[in-house]
Amino acid sequence: MSTLSYAVADSTTMLRRNLKHMVRYPTVILFVIGIPVVFMLLFVYVFGGTLGTGLGSGVTGGRTDYANYLAPGILVLTVAGGGQGTAISVAMDMAEGIVARFKTMNISRASVLTGHVLGTTLQSMLGLAVVGAVALLVGFRPNANPVEWLAAIAVLLLITLALTWLCVACGLVSKSVETASNLPMPLLLLPFLSSGFAPTDSMPDAVAWFAEHQPFTPFIETIRGLLLGTPIGSDAIVTVVWCVGIMLFGYLSARSLYDRDPSR
Amino acid sequence: MTPTTTAVAVGSAVRATGLRKSYGDHLVLDGIDLDVAEGTVFALLGPNGAGKTTAVQILSTLIGADDGEVSVAGHDLAREPDAVRVAIAVTGQFSAVDKLLTGEENLRLMADLHHLPLTEGRRRAADLLERFDIVDAARKPAMTYSGGMQRRLDLAMGLMGDPRLIFLDEPTTGLDPRSRRGMWQIIRDLVAEGVTIFLTTQYLEEADQLADRVALLDHGRVVAEGTPGELKRQVPSGHVSLRFADGHQLDRAARALDGSRPDGEALTLQVPGDGGVRALRALLDQLDRVAVEVEDLSIHTPDLDDVFLALTGQPDTVEVISR
Repeated sequence: MSTLSYAVADSTTMLRRNLKHMVRYPTVILFVIGIPVVFMLLFVYVFGGTLGTGLGSGVTGGRTDYANYLAPGILVLTVAGGGQGTAISVAMDMAEGIVARFKTMNISRASVLTGHVLGTTLQSMLGLAVVGAVALLVGFRPNANPVEWLAAIAVLLLITLALTWLCVACGLVSKSVETASNLPMPLLLLPFLSSGFAPTDSMPDAVAWFAEHQPFTPFIETIRGLLLGTPIGSDAIVTVVWCVGIMLFGYLSARSLYDRDPSR
Repeated sequence: MTPTTTAVAVGSAVRATGLRKSYGDHLVLDGIDLDVAEGTVFALLGPNGAGKTTAVQILSTLIGADDGEVSVAGHDLAREPDAVRVAIAVTGQFSAVDKLLTGEENLRLMADLHHLPLTEGRRRAADLLERFDIVDAARKPAMTYSGGMQRRLDLAMGLMGDPRLIFLDEPTTGLDPRSRRGMWQIIRDLVAEGVTIFLTTQYLEEADQLADRVALLDHGRVVAEGTPGELKRQVPSGHVSLRFADGHQLDRAARALDGSRPDGEALTLQVPGDGGVRALRALLDQLDRVAVEVEDLSIHTPDLDDVFLALTGQPDTVEVISR
Protein backbone atom coordinates (compact mmCIF):
# COMPACT_ATOMS: atom_id res chain seq x y z
CA MET A 1 0.00 0.00 0.00
CA SER A 2 1.13 3.54 -0.64
CA THR A 3 1.66 6.14 2.04
CA LEU A 4 -1.63 7.76 1.08
CA SER A 5 -3.66 4.57 1.36
CA TYR A 6 -2.03 3.89 4.74
CA ALA A 7 -3.05 7.39 5.81
CA VAL A 8 -6.64 6.74 4.67
CA ALA A 9 -6.72 3.31 6.37
CA ASP A 10 -5.33 4.70 9.64
CA SER A 11 -7.70 7.68 9.63
CA THR A 12 -10.64 5.32 9.04
CA THR A 13 -9.48 3.18 11.97
CA MET A 14 -9.27 6.28 14.18
CA LEU A 15 -12.69 7.44 12.98
CA ARG A 16 -14.13 4.07 13.97
CA ARG A 17 -12.55 4.48 17.39
CA ASN A 18 -14.10 7.94 17.83
CA LEU A 19 -17.52 6.77 16.67
CA LYS A 20 -17.38 3.94 19.24
CA HIS A 21 -16.61 6.52 21.94
CA MET A 22 -19.59 8.63 20.84
CA VAL A 23 -22.04 5.74 20.70
CA ARG A 24 -20.90 4.36 24.04
CA TYR A 25 -20.92 7.71 25.82
CA PRO A 26 -23.71 9.61 24.07
CA THR A 27 -23.81 12.57 26.47
CA VAL A 28 -21.79 14.70 24.03
CA ILE A 29 -24.25 14.01 21.19
CA LEU A 30 -27.21 14.74 23.45
CA PHE A 31 -25.52 18.00 24.46
CA VAL A 32 -24.74 18.93 20.86
CA ILE A 33 -28.34 18.34 19.78
CA GLY A 34 -30.08 19.36 23.00
CA ILE A 35 -28.64 22.86 23.44
CA PRO A 36 -29.71 24.25 20.03
CA VAL A 37 -33.11 22.59 20.30
CA VAL A 38 -33.70 24.16 23.72
CA PHE A 39 -32.59 27.57 22.41
CA MET A 40 -34.86 27.26 19.42
CA LEU A 41 -37.91 26.32 21.51
CA LEU A 42 -37.08 29.08 23.99
CA PHE A 43 -36.65 31.77 21.37
CA VAL A 44 -39.62 30.73 19.23
CA TYR A 45 -42.17 30.08 21.97
CA VAL A 46 -41.05 32.51 24.69
CA PHE A 47 -39.53 35.49 22.85
CA GLY A 48 -40.71 34.72 19.32
CA GLY A 49 -44.03 36.56 19.38
CA THR A 50 -42.44 39.85 20.38
CA LEU A 51 -39.22 39.47 18.42
CA GLY A 52 -41.07 38.50 15.24
CA THR A 53 -43.04 41.71 15.33
CA GLY A 54 -39.82 43.69 15.60
CA LEU A 55 -38.30 42.16 12.46
CA GLY A 56 -40.00 44.79 10.28
CA SER A 57 -39.09 45.15 6.61
CA GLY A 58 -42.08 43.68 4.83
CA VAL A 59 -42.89 40.75 7.10
CA THR A 60 -46.18 40.35 8.88
CA GLY A 61 -44.34 39.57 12.10
CA GLY A 62 -45.13 37.14 14.87
CA ARG A 63 -43.95 33.75 15.94
CA THR A 64 -43.88 32.03 12.51
CA ASP A 65 -41.77 34.76 10.93
CA TYR A 66 -39.37 34.64 13.85
CA ALA A 67 -39.03 30.85 13.51
CA ASN A 68 -38.04 31.40 9.87
CA TYR A 69 -35.60 34.13 10.80
CA LEU A 70 -34.08 32.15 13.67
CA ALA A 71 -33.58 28.70 12.09
CA PRO A 72 -30.38 29.44 10.05
CA GLY A 73 -28.71 30.91 13.14
CA ILE A 74 -29.67 27.88 15.21
CA LEU A 75 -28.22 25.57 12.54
CA VAL A 76 -24.88 27.41 12.69
CA LEU A 77 -25.07 27.37 16.51
CA THR A 78 -25.42 23.57 16.31
CA VAL A 79 -22.13 23.36 14.42
CA ALA A 80 -20.39 25.73 16.86
CA GLY A 81 -21.63 23.71 19.85
CA GLY A 82 -20.13 20.49 18.48
CA GLY A 83 -16.67 22.01 18.64
CA GLN A 84 -16.66 22.08 22.42
CA GLY A 85 -17.12 18.31 22.53
CA THR A 86 -14.22 17.93 20.10
CA ALA A 87 -11.88 20.06 22.20
CA ILE A 88 -12.81 18.05 25.30
CA SER A 89 -12.32 14.65 23.68
CA VAL A 90 -9.00 15.69 22.10
CA ALA A 91 -7.74 16.97 25.46
CA MET A 92 -8.88 13.75 27.17
CA ASP A 93 -7.09 11.71 24.52
CA MET A 94 -3.85 13.63 24.98
CA ALA A 95 -4.02 13.17 28.76
CA GLU A 96 -4.19 9.37 28.34
CA GLY A 97 -1.25 7.14 27.54
CA ILE A 98 -2.92 5.89 24.36
CA VAL A 99 -1.73 8.83 22.27
CA ALA A 100 1.86 8.25 23.43
CA ARG A 101 1.40 4.68 22.21
CA PHE A 102 0.14 5.89 18.83
CA LYS A 103 3.18 8.16 18.54
CA THR A 104 5.56 5.23 19.04
CA MET A 105 3.81 3.20 16.33
CA ASN A 106 4.49 3.36 12.63
CA ILE A 107 1.11 4.85 11.73
CA SER A 108 0.05 7.90 9.78
CA ARG A 109 0.96 10.79 12.05
CA ALA A 110 -2.16 12.90 11.53
CA SER A 111 -4.63 10.02 11.67
CA VAL A 112 -5.48 10.58 15.35
CA LEU A 113 -6.53 14.17 14.59
CA THR A 114 -8.25 13.30 11.32
CA GLY A 115 -10.26 10.67 13.18
CA HIS A 116 -11.46 13.32 15.63
CA VAL A 117 -12.35 15.77 12.86
CA LEU A 118 -14.26 13.20 10.81
CA GLY A 119 -16.06 11.94 13.91
CA THR A 120 -17.14 15.44 14.91
CA THR A 121 -18.22 16.18 11.36
CA LEU A 122 -20.49 13.14 11.25
CA GLN A 123 -21.82 14.05 14.68
CA SER A 124 -22.54 17.62 13.58
CA MET A 125 -24.29 16.41 10.42
CA LEU A 126 -26.51 14.18 12.58
CA GLY A 127 -27.10 17.13 14.90
CA LEU A 128 -28.01 19.39 11.96
CA ALA A 129 -30.51 16.81 10.66
CA VAL A 130 -32.27 16.58 14.04
CA VAL A 131 -32.18 20.33 14.73
CA GLY A 132 -33.34 21.00 11.15
CA ALA A 133 -36.29 18.63 11.64
CA VAL A 134 -37.27 20.34 14.89
CA ALA A 135 -37.01 23.72 13.11
CA LEU A 136 -39.47 22.48 10.47
CA LEU A 137 -41.82 21.36 13.24
CA VAL A 138 -41.83 24.79 14.93
CA GLY A 139 -42.59 26.67 11.72
CA PHE A 140 -39.40 26.96 9.66
CA ARG A 141 -40.51 27.11 6.01
CA PRO A 142 -37.50 27.16 3.64
CA ASN A 143 -38.25 27.81 -0.03
CA ALA A 144 -34.96 26.45 -1.38
CA ASN A 145 -34.68 24.32 -4.53
CA PRO A 146 -32.54 21.14 -4.47
CA VAL A 147 -29.43 22.99 -5.67
CA GLU A 148 -29.81 25.59 -2.93
CA TRP A 149 -30.30 22.82 -0.35
CA LEU A 150 -27.09 21.14 -1.53
CA ALA A 151 -25.26 24.46 -1.43
CA ALA A 152 -26.54 25.13 2.11
CA ILE A 153 -25.39 21.67 3.25
CA ALA A 154 -21.99 22.25 1.61
CA VAL A 155 -21.61 25.60 3.39
CA LEU A 156 -22.58 24.04 6.73
CA LEU A 157 -20.04 21.27 6.10
CA LEU A 158 -17.35 23.83 5.33
CA ILE A 159 -18.14 25.76 8.52
CA THR A 160 -18.07 22.49 10.49
CA LEU A 161 -14.63 21.52 9.15
CA ALA A 162 -13.23 24.98 9.86
CA LEU A 163 -14.55 25.20 13.43
CA THR A 164 -13.65 21.56 14.18
CA TRP A 165 -9.98 21.97 13.18
CA LEU A 166 -9.90 25.12 15.30
CA CYS A 167 -11.36 23.19 18.24
CA VAL A 168 -8.89 20.31 17.76
CA ALA A 169 -6.13 22.90 18.14
CA CYS A 170 -7.92 24.25 21.27
CA GLY A 171 -7.97 20.72 22.71
CA LEU A 172 -4.27 20.22 21.96
CA VAL A 173 -3.11 23.53 23.39
CA SER A 174 -5.06 22.99 26.64
CA LYS A 175 -3.14 21.64 29.60
CA SER A 176 -6.33 20.28 31.17
CA VAL A 177 -9.74 19.03 30.13
CA GLU A 178 -11.34 21.98 31.98
CA THR A 179 -9.40 24.47 29.87
CA ALA A 180 -10.31 22.54 26.75
CA SER A 181 -13.97 22.83 27.68
CA ASN A 182 -13.73 26.60 28.22
CA LEU A 183 -11.54 27.65 25.28
CA PRO A 184 -14.19 27.17 22.55
CA MET A 185 -16.84 29.05 24.62
CA PRO A 186 -16.58 32.19 22.44
CA LEU A 187 -17.76 30.06 19.52
CA LEU A 188 -21.03 29.50 21.39
CA LEU A 189 -21.34 33.20 22.21
CA LEU A 190 -20.54 34.62 18.77
CA PRO A 191 -23.80 33.44 17.11
CA PHE A 192 -25.70 35.58 19.66
CA LEU A 193 -23.59 38.62 18.70
CA SER A 194 -24.43 38.16 15.03
CA SER A 195 -27.46 38.49 12.79
CA GLY A 196 -28.61 35.06 14.00
CA PHE A 197 -31.14 36.18 16.62
CA ALA A 198 -31.86 39.78 15.59
CA PRO A 199 -31.01 41.94 12.58
CA THR A 200 -27.76 43.84 13.09
CA ASP A 201 -29.39 47.18 12.21
CA SER A 202 -31.47 46.89 15.39
CA MET A 203 -28.26 46.92 17.49
CA PRO A 204 -26.30 49.90 18.91
CA ASP A 205 -23.59 51.09 16.48
CA ALA A 206 -20.61 49.47 18.19
CA VAL A 207 -22.35 46.11 18.62
CA ALA A 208 -23.68 46.25 15.08
CA TRP A 209 -20.18 46.97 13.75
CA PHE A 210 -18.81 43.97 15.63
CA ALA A 211 -21.68 41.75 14.49
CA GLU A 212 -21.20 42.69 10.86
CA HIS A 213 -17.46 42.05 10.91
CA GLN A 214 -17.32 38.75 12.76
CA PRO A 215 -17.56 35.50 10.78
CA PHE A 216 -20.89 34.24 12.12
CA THR A 217 -22.97 36.97 10.46
CA PRO A 218 -21.83 36.08 6.91
CA PHE A 219 -22.15 32.37 7.81
CA ILE A 220 -25.74 32.82 8.90
CA GLU A 221 -26.66 35.27 6.11
CA THR A 222 -25.37 32.80 3.52
CA ILE A 223 -27.42 29.91 4.94
CA ARG A 224 -30.44 32.21 5.31
CA GLY A 225 -30.09 33.36 1.72
CA LEU A 226 -29.76 29.82 0.37
CA LEU A 227 -32.71 28.43 2.35
CA LEU A 228 -35.07 31.42 2.44
CA GLY A 229 -34.07 33.43 -0.61
CA THR A 230 -32.91 36.55 1.22
CA PRO A 231 -30.12 38.49 -0.56
CA ILE A 232 -26.67 36.95 -0.06
CA GLY A 233 -24.42 39.48 -1.78
CA SER A 234 -20.80 39.21 -0.77
CA ASP A 235 -21.62 37.05 2.29
CA ALA A 236 -20.97 33.79 0.40
CA ILE A 237 -17.45 34.72 -0.62
CA VAL A 238 -16.73 36.23 2.81
CA THR A 239 -17.92 32.95 4.37
CA VAL A 240 -15.62 30.88 2.18
CA VAL A 241 -12.66 33.14 2.95
CA TRP A 242 -13.32 33.02 6.72
CA CYS A 243 -13.78 29.22 6.63
CA VAL A 244 -10.64 28.54 4.62
CA GLY A 245 -8.66 30.90 6.85
CA ILE A 246 -9.97 29.39 10.11
CA MET A 247 -9.48 25.87 8.77
CA LEU A 248 -5.88 26.52 7.69
CA PHE A 249 -5.06 28.20 10.99
CA GLY A 250 -6.71 25.37 12.96
CA TYR A 251 -5.14 22.60 10.88
CA LEU A 252 -1.62 24.04 10.91
CA SER A 253 -1.76 24.83 14.65
CA ALA A 254 -3.14 21.36 15.41
CA ARG A 255 -0.46 19.61 13.35
CA SER A 256 2.38 21.56 14.91
CA LEU A 257 0.97 21.14 18.44
CA TYR A 258 0.54 17.41 17.89
CA ASP A 259 3.96 16.95 16.30
CA ARG A 260 5.84 19.03 18.83
CA ASP A 261 8.24 17.14 21.03
CA PRO A 262 6.35 16.88 24.35
CA SER A 263 9.65 17.31 26.21
CA ARG A 264 10.49 20.72 24.79
CA MET B 1 8.66 1.51 2.07
CA THR B 2 12.12 -0.03 2.32
CA PRO B 3 14.13 2.10 4.73
CA THR B 4 17.86 2.12 4.20
CA THR B 5 19.50 0.43 7.12
CA THR B 6 22.34 2.06 8.91
CA ALA B 7 25.30 -0.18 9.60
CA VAL B 8 25.47 -1.23 13.25
CA ALA B 9 27.10 -4.10 15.03
CA VAL B 10 24.96 -7.18 14.59
CA GLY B 11 23.49 -8.36 17.84
CA SER B 12 22.77 -5.01 19.47
CA ALA B 13 19.11 -4.26 20.01
CA VAL B 14 19.91 -0.91 21.57
CA ARG B 15 23.19 0.93 21.36
CA ALA B 16 23.57 4.42 22.76
CA THR B 17 26.64 6.53 23.29
CA GLY B 18 26.67 9.85 25.08
CA LEU B 19 22.89 10.09 25.32
CA ARG B 20 22.04 13.44 26.79
CA LYS B 21 18.77 15.16 27.62
CA SER B 22 17.78 18.13 29.72
CA TYR B 23 14.50 19.84 30.46
CA GLY B 24 15.43 23.48 30.58
CA ASP B 25 18.12 23.79 33.24
CA HIS B 26 17.41 20.35 34.63
CA LEU B 27 19.84 17.75 33.30
CA VAL B 28 17.96 14.44 33.15
CA LEU B 29 20.38 12.21 31.22
CA ASP B 30 24.02 13.13 31.51
CA GLY B 31 25.69 11.28 28.65
CA ILE B 32 24.73 7.66 29.20
CA ASP B 33 26.10 4.70 27.20
CA LEU B 34 24.01 1.58 26.76
CA ASP B 35 24.49 -1.64 24.83
CA VAL B 36 21.71 -4.21 24.91
CA ALA B 37 22.34 -7.53 23.16
CA GLU B 38 19.50 -9.01 21.12
CA GLY B 39 17.40 -11.62 22.86
CA THR B 40 18.39 -10.55 26.36
CA VAL B 41 16.71 -8.73 29.23
CA PHE B 42 18.31 -5.44 30.12
CA ALA B 43 17.25 -3.60 33.26
CA LEU B 44 17.72 0.08 33.86
CA LEU B 45 17.53 0.33 37.60
CA GLY B 46 17.21 3.50 39.57
CA PRO B 47 15.18 5.53 42.05
CA ASN B 48 12.38 7.86 41.05
CA GLY B 49 13.70 10.80 39.09
CA ALA B 50 16.87 9.02 37.97
CA GLY B 51 15.90 9.49 34.31
CA LYS B 52 14.59 5.99 33.52
CA THR B 53 11.33 7.05 31.89
CA THR B 54 13.09 9.78 29.91
CA ALA B 55 15.52 7.17 28.56
CA VAL B 56 12.62 4.95 27.46
CA GLN B 57 10.78 7.90 25.91
CA ILE B 58 13.85 8.77 23.85
CA LEU B 59 14.66 5.20 22.81
CA SER B 60 11.03 4.58 21.80
CA THR B 61 10.96 7.71 19.55
CA LEU B 62 8.45 9.60 21.69
CA ILE B 63 10.81 12.49 22.47
CA GLY B 64 14.06 13.69 21.01
CA ALA B 65 17.51 13.53 22.60
CA ASP B 66 19.71 16.61 22.92
CA ASP B 67 22.86 14.74 22.04
CA GLY B 68 24.25 11.26 21.51
CA GLU B 69 24.39 8.49 18.92
CA VAL B 70 21.57 6.02 19.29
CA SER B 71 20.55 3.03 17.23
CA VAL B 72 17.52 0.94 18.10
CA ALA B 73 16.73 -2.37 16.38
CA GLY B 74 19.50 -1.62 13.89
CA HIS B 75 18.19 1.78 12.83
CA ASP B 76 19.42 5.23 13.61
CA LEU B 77 16.90 6.75 16.02
CA ALA B 78 17.03 10.29 14.69
CA ARG B 79 17.11 9.48 10.97
CA GLU B 80 14.78 6.48 10.74
CA PRO B 81 12.22 6.78 13.54
CA ASP B 82 9.55 4.94 11.52
CA ALA B 83 11.83 1.94 10.95
CA VAL B 84 12.46 1.86 14.70
CA ARG B 85 8.71 2.08 15.38
CA VAL B 86 8.04 -0.99 13.25
CA ALA B 87 10.35 -3.08 15.43
CA ILE B 88 9.37 -1.95 18.93
CA ALA B 89 6.53 -1.97 21.40
CA VAL B 90 6.25 0.22 24.49
CA THR B 91 4.41 -0.48 27.71
CA GLY B 92 4.44 2.49 29.99
CA GLN B 93 4.10 3.02 33.67
CA PHE B 94 0.61 4.39 33.04
CA SER B 95 -1.34 2.01 30.89
CA ALA B 96 -1.61 3.15 27.30
CA VAL B 97 -4.95 1.52 26.65
CA ASP B 98 -8.12 3.19 25.39
CA LYS B 99 -10.13 2.98 28.59
CA LEU B 100 -13.44 3.69 26.83
CA LEU B 101 -13.05 0.66 24.55
CA THR B 102 -13.25 -2.97 25.61
CA GLY B 103 -10.18 -5.17 25.83
CA GLU B 104 -11.10 -6.90 22.61
CA GLU B 105 -11.70 -3.59 20.80
CA ASN B 106 -8.33 -2.29 22.00
CA LEU B 107 -6.60 -5.32 20.51
CA ARG B 108 -8.53 -5.07 17.24
CA LEU B 109 -7.64 -1.37 17.08
CA MET B 110 -3.98 -2.38 17.20
CA ALA B 111 -4.57 -5.05 14.55
CA ASP B 112 -6.14 -2.43 12.26
CA LEU B 113 -3.28 0.00 12.84
CA HIS B 114 -0.83 -2.74 11.89
CA HIS B 115 -2.90 -3.26 8.73
CA LEU B 116 -3.52 -6.93 9.46
CA PRO B 117 -6.25 -8.60 7.41
CA LEU B 118 -9.56 -8.68 9.30
CA THR B 119 -9.67 -12.42 10.05
CA GLU B 120 -5.99 -12.51 10.96
CA GLY B 121 -6.47 -9.54 13.32
CA ARG B 122 -9.46 -11.15 15.02
CA ARG B 123 -7.65 -14.46 15.43
CA ARG B 124 -4.62 -12.81 16.98
CA ALA B 125 -6.80 -10.68 19.26
CA ALA B 126 -8.53 -13.85 20.49
CA ASP B 127 -5.15 -15.57 21.01
CA LEU B 128 -3.77 -12.64 23.00
CA LEU B 129 -6.92 -12.39 25.15
CA GLU B 130 -6.47 -16.07 25.93
CA ARG B 131 -2.75 -15.85 26.57
CA PHE B 132 -3.02 -12.84 28.89
CA ASP B 133 -6.04 -14.16 30.75
CA ILE B 134 -8.42 -11.37 29.70
CA VAL B 135 -11.05 -13.60 28.05
CA ASP B 136 -13.68 -13.12 30.75
CA ALA B 137 -13.39 -9.33 30.61
CA ALA B 138 -12.86 -9.11 26.84
CA ARG B 139 -16.21 -7.39 26.26
CA LYS B 140 -15.96 -4.98 29.20
CA PRO B 141 -14.57 -1.43 28.93
CA ALA B 142 -10.90 -1.30 29.93
CA MET B 143 -11.70 1.37 32.55
CA THR B 144 -13.31 -1.37 34.65
CA TYR B 145 -10.12 -3.46 34.66
CA SER B 146 -7.82 -3.86 37.66
CA GLY B 147 -4.32 -2.36 37.47
CA GLY B 148 -2.77 -5.74 36.73
CA MET B 149 -5.29 -6.50 34.01
CA GLN B 150 -4.80 -3.10 32.33
CA ARG B 151 -1.06 -3.71 32.34
CA ARG B 152 -1.56 -7.13 30.74
CA LEU B 153 -3.85 -5.65 28.09
CA ASP B 154 -1.30 -2.91 27.48
CA LEU B 155 1.43 -5.46 26.87
CA ALA B 156 -0.87 -7.63 24.74
CA MET B 157 -1.61 -4.59 22.54
CA GLY B 158 2.11 -4.10 22.05
CA LEU B 159 2.54 -7.71 20.92
CA MET B 160 0.02 -7.33 18.09
CA GLY B 161 2.78 -5.92 15.88
CA ASP B 162 5.25 -8.76 16.54
CA PRO B 163 7.90 -6.48 18.07
CA ARG B 164 11.53 -7.60 18.23
CA LEU B 165 12.21 -5.23 21.11
CA ILE B 166 9.83 -4.38 23.95
CA PHE B 167 10.30 -1.44 26.30
CA LEU B 168 8.70 -2.01 29.68
CA ASP B 169 8.71 1.14 31.77
CA GLU B 170 8.21 0.05 35.37
CA PRO B 171 5.93 -2.82 34.36
CA THR B 172 5.07 -3.86 37.90
CA THR B 173 4.96 -0.53 39.75
CA GLY B 174 1.72 -0.38 41.71
CA LEU B 175 0.86 -4.04 41.18
CA ASP B 176 0.11 -6.45 44.00
CA PRO B 177 2.66 -9.25 44.58
CA ARG B 178 0.62 -11.85 42.73
CA SER B 179 0.17 -9.66 39.62
CA ARG B 180 3.85 -8.81 39.80
CA ARG B 181 4.82 -12.47 39.71
CA GLY B 182 2.40 -13.02 36.83
CA MET B 183 4.03 -10.18 34.89
CA TRP B 184 7.47 -11.67 35.54
CA GLN B 185 6.34 -14.98 34.08
CA ILE B 186 4.97 -13.20 31.00
CA ILE B 187 8.31 -11.44 30.54
CA ARG B 188 10.23 -14.72 30.87
CA ASP B 189 7.96 -16.32 28.26
CA LEU B 190 8.59 -13.44 25.86
CA VAL B 191 12.34 -13.78 26.28
CA ALA B 192 12.04 -17.50 25.57
CA GLU B 193 10.53 -16.55 22.22
CA GLY B 194 13.60 -14.49 21.37
CA VAL B 195 12.26 -11.00 22.07
CA THR B 196 14.63 -8.41 23.56
CA ILE B 197 13.33 -6.72 26.70
CA PHE B 198 14.42 -3.28 27.86
CA LEU B 199 13.08 -2.93 31.36
CA THR B 200 13.11 -0.07 33.82
CA THR B 201 12.44 -0.69 37.46
CA GLN B 202 12.99 0.74 40.89
CA TYR B 203 12.72 -2.72 42.40
CA LEU B 204 16.10 -4.30 42.85
CA GLU B 205 14.57 -7.72 43.23
CA GLU B 206 12.90 -7.37 39.85
CA ALA B 207 16.16 -6.61 38.06
CA ASP B 208 17.81 -9.45 39.96
CA GLN B 209 15.05 -11.88 38.96
CA LEU B 210 14.70 -10.97 35.30
CA ALA B 211 17.71 -9.22 33.89
CA ASP B 212 20.75 -10.58 32.11
CA ARG B 213 22.44 -7.22 32.52
CA VAL B 214 21.67 -4.31 34.81
CA ALA B 215 22.64 -0.67 34.56
CA LEU B 216 22.30 1.44 37.67
CA LEU B 217 21.06 4.89 36.82
CA ASP B 218 21.43 7.69 39.32
CA HIS B 219 20.97 11.39 38.64
CA GLY B 220 21.14 10.80 34.90
CA ARG B 221 24.39 8.81 34.98
CA VAL B 222 25.06 5.09 34.73
CA VAL B 223 26.97 4.47 37.95
CA ALA B 224 27.44 0.73 37.47
CA GLU B 225 26.76 -1.83 34.79
CA GLY B 226 27.06 -5.59 34.62
CA THR B 227 25.30 -8.87 35.33
CA PRO B 228 23.46 -8.99 38.66
CA GLY B 229 26.23 -11.30 39.91
CA GLU B 230 29.02 -8.91 38.87
CA LEU B 231 27.30 -6.04 40.57
CA LYS B 232 26.84 -7.99 43.77
CA ARG B 233 30.57 -8.76 43.83
CA GLN B 234 31.24 -5.03 43.93
CA VAL B 235 30.04 -4.78 47.52
CA PRO B 236 31.46 -6.32 50.63
CA SER B 237 30.12 -9.73 51.50
CA GLY B 238 27.08 -10.16 53.69
CA HIS B 239 26.84 -10.16 57.44
CA VAL B 240 25.02 -11.75 60.32
CA SER B 241 23.16 -9.38 62.58
CA LEU B 242 22.80 -10.34 66.27
CA ARG B 243 20.59 -8.58 68.79
CA PHE B 244 21.11 -8.71 72.53
CA ALA B 245 19.03 -8.02 75.62
CA ASP B 246 21.40 -5.40 77.05
CA GLY B 247 24.63 -3.47 76.45
CA HIS B 248 26.61 -5.74 78.74
CA GLN B 249 25.89 -8.81 76.61
CA LEU B 250 26.59 -6.78 73.48
CA ASP B 251 30.02 -5.72 74.76
CA ARG B 252 31.01 -9.25 75.66
CA ALA B 253 29.95 -10.55 72.28
CA ALA B 254 31.76 -7.73 70.48
CA ARG B 255 34.98 -8.56 72.34
CA ALA B 256 34.65 -12.23 71.51
CA LEU B 257 34.01 -11.79 67.78
CA ASP B 258 36.78 -10.30 65.65
CA GLY B 259 35.83 -7.68 63.11
CA SER B 260 32.31 -7.24 64.43
CA ARG B 261 30.66 -3.83 64.53
CA PRO B 262 28.48 -3.13 67.57
CA ASP B 263 25.57 -0.68 67.52
CA GLY B 264 24.95 0.37 71.11
CA GLU B 265 21.64 2.09 70.37
CA ALA B 266 19.98 -0.85 68.66
CA LEU B 267 21.86 -3.40 70.80
CA THR B 268 22.92 -5.19 67.63
CA LEU B 269 26.20 -6.54 66.42
CA GLN B 270 27.11 -7.00 62.78
CA VAL B 271 29.42 -9.90 62.11
CA PRO B 272 30.92 -10.21 58.64
CA GLY B 273 30.21 -13.52 56.94
CA ASP B 274 28.10 -15.11 54.29
CA GLY B 275 25.69 -16.70 56.75
CA GLY B 276 26.44 -20.26 55.67
CA VAL B 277 25.40 -23.05 58.06
CA ARG B 278 28.96 -23.98 59.01
CA ALA B 279 30.01 -20.38 59.75
CA LEU B 280 26.80 -19.83 61.67
CA ARG B 281 27.40 -22.88 63.85
CA ALA B 282 30.95 -21.70 64.61
CA LEU B 283 29.63 -18.26 65.47
CA LEU B 284 27.02 -19.61 67.88
CA ASP B 285 29.59 -21.96 69.45
CA GLN B 286 31.86 -19.01 70.09
CA LEU B 287 29.06 -17.08 71.76
CA ASP B 288 28.21 -20.11 73.87
CA ARG B 289 31.79 -20.25 75.10
CA VAL B 290 31.57 -16.68 76.43
CA ALA B 291 28.04 -17.41 77.73
CA VAL B 292 26.21 -14.69 75.80
CA GLU B 293 22.50 -15.05 75.08
CA VAL B 294 21.42 -13.97 71.59
CA GLU B 295 17.92 -12.48 71.49
CA ASP B 296 17.56 -12.44 67.73
CA LEU B 297 19.60 -13.35 64.69
CA SER B 298 19.22 -12.37 61.05
CA ILE B 299 21.34 -13.13 58.01
CA HIS B 300 21.94 -10.44 55.44
CA THR B 301 23.18 -11.76 52.09
CA PRO B 302 24.44 -9.14 49.63
CA ASP B 303 21.81 -8.13 47.10
CA LEU B 304 21.45 -5.32 44.62
CA ASP B 305 20.31 -3.06 47.45
CA ASP B 306 23.79 -3.17 48.83
CA VAL B 307 25.24 -2.38 45.42
CA PHE B 308 22.85 0.47 45.13
CA LEU B 309 23.62 1.86 48.54
CA ALA B 310 27.33 1.44 48.05
CA LEU B 311 27.35 3.20 44.69
CA THR B 312 24.77 5.94 45.10
CA GLY B 313 24.81 6.61 48.83
CA GLN B 314 21.07 7.15 48.84
CA PRO B 315 19.70 4.83 51.49
CA ASP B 316 16.42 6.72 51.62
CA THR B 317 15.41 5.91 48.07
CA VAL B 318 15.40 2.13 48.24
CA GLU B 319 13.71 -0.47 50.32
CA VAL B 320 16.29 -2.52 52.13
CA ILE B 321 15.28 -6.13 52.15
CA SER B 322 16.60 -8.10 55.07
CA ARG B 323 16.79 -11.80 54.73
